Amino acid sequence: MMAPLLSVRGLNKRYGSIVACRDIAFELEEGEALAIVGESGSGKTTLLNLVAGALAADSGEVVYRMRDGAARPLSSLSEAERRALMRTDWGFVHQDASRGLRMNVSAGGNIGERLMAIGGRHYGRIRAAALDWLARVEIAAERVDDPPSTYSGGMRQRLQIARNLVTGPRLVFMDEPTGGLDVSVQARLLDLLRGLIADMGLAAIIVTHDLAVARLLSHRMLVMKQGEVIESGLTDRVLDDPQAPYTQLLVSSVLAA
Amino acid sequence: MNALAANELLRVESLAKTFTLHLHGGARLPVVHGVSFSVAAGECVVLGGPSGVGKSSILKMAFGNYAVGEGRILLADGDRVIDVGRAGAAGILDARRRIVGYVSQFLRVIPRVGAIDVVAAAAQESGLDRAAARERAASLLARLDLPERLWSVPPATFSGGEQQRVNIARGFAGRHRLLILDEPTASLDAANRGAVIDLIAERKALGTGFLATFHDEDVRARVADRIVDVSLFSDREVA
Repeated sequence: MMAPLLSVRGLNKRYGSIVACRDIAFELEEGEALAIVGESGSGKTTLLNLVAGALAADSGEVVYRMRDGAARPLSSLSEAERRALMRTDWGFVHQDASRGLRMNVSAGGNIGERLMAIGGRHYGRIRAAALDWLARVEIAAERVDDPPSTYSGGMRQRLQIARNLVTGPRLVFMDEPTGGLDVSVQARLLDLLRGLIADMGLAAIIVTHDLAVARLLSHRMLVMKQGEVIESGLTDRVLDDPQAPYTQLLVSSVLAA
Repeated sequence: MNALAANELLRVESLAKTFTLHLHGGARLPVVHGVSFSVAAGECVVLGGPSGVGKSSILKMAFGNYAVGEGRILLADGDRVIDVGRAGAAGILDARRRIVGYVSQFLRVIPRVGAIDVVAAAAQESGLDRAAARERAASLLARLDLPERLWSVPPATFSGGEQQRVNIARGFAGRHRLLILDEPTASLDAANRGAVIDLIAERKALGTGFLATFHDEDVRARVADRIVDVSLFSDREVA
């Protein structure tokens, strides 16, 4: 049987006396979308950063099945291999789009940069790919030469998604991808993400405090509290028949519109 | 593990469910216990009993939407058997794609997706290609008499009955061998109820099994092969 795309085992992280993540373990299959939910301070963003290699764990390991089929602990990758992975097979969508974009480079340049980083040299093809991706994330072609500093929040987020997906990654990390956006803008972005995840067969790890986002985007959920996973399972089961006291509190605290 | 009989699609064995309400001092709310029945290919089993007796909870457990309390729910998968309570998230999602479909009482709308795309997506998920899925979606929506001008419109603004017809079309779009229907006809007029009855009869003839609840006596009489009275298993006092 093939190894899972990603295996996380025994991850721990403390900040001084504060436990940010305690003994976290989970697996992710290809094409599977996993939501990590919990209130702020629950450790969910720390966990995302640990798994993505943006933060060093105190102990534990993350094993990733590379494109050649070999399951490799991330700690065994050379710096060059890790960078190559981040640029091709992984994407990272930040809540704050300015962290994931070059704000003063044109939109086309932002998308093309990822392609050039993996060896794309043909200007015409890179430009065509950039225009194709702008269309897929519903940004008008005439904005291709404008930098994202001139874009609205929702457009920036869509551009960040295009930049991440242009290399055809297999795994995308998302940290509150709809956070800070107007509700109408959120709905559009969610629908776009839902379609892209399904069409591209993407695996995704989505950190969100918004249970509606988790329901719409994820197959499976982890619920975190004080650095620990206190409940996990099929997303609609966790939301409709929550077992843990804290999950019941989270679910019952959502206002139904 | 007991294998299922050759034509058995679903077997529920000594099923029990209790909700623990942690926000209310850990109060335990028993729903049902000792539920046992099975559904064979081409058969429509209707859960009966007054509202609040636990019918929907049984349907939701069979679909993996509620956790199985005690007992087992077994689902036929060719010559293999899926134990719903132990299948895990990936196992349940796989079963929902290939084996078991669900029509709830209300459509959970997805923003910005048109009615025909909602239905076609379900057909595509069960293995039809894009063009065939769209064709199937169109034929179902037509049979359920949803006006064609609404097909490309997201169902959020539809009436309850229109949304429910989209919901039913979506449930019937796939090629599931077992369909779970939770009050699918509650908000439909007589003509559309008739269309649903016809759809059920056609699928039964093809070997699809049904586990359902129907508020409507007439619908129940016309589609049910067997009625399982849930009040025999209920822990609730029903008014």
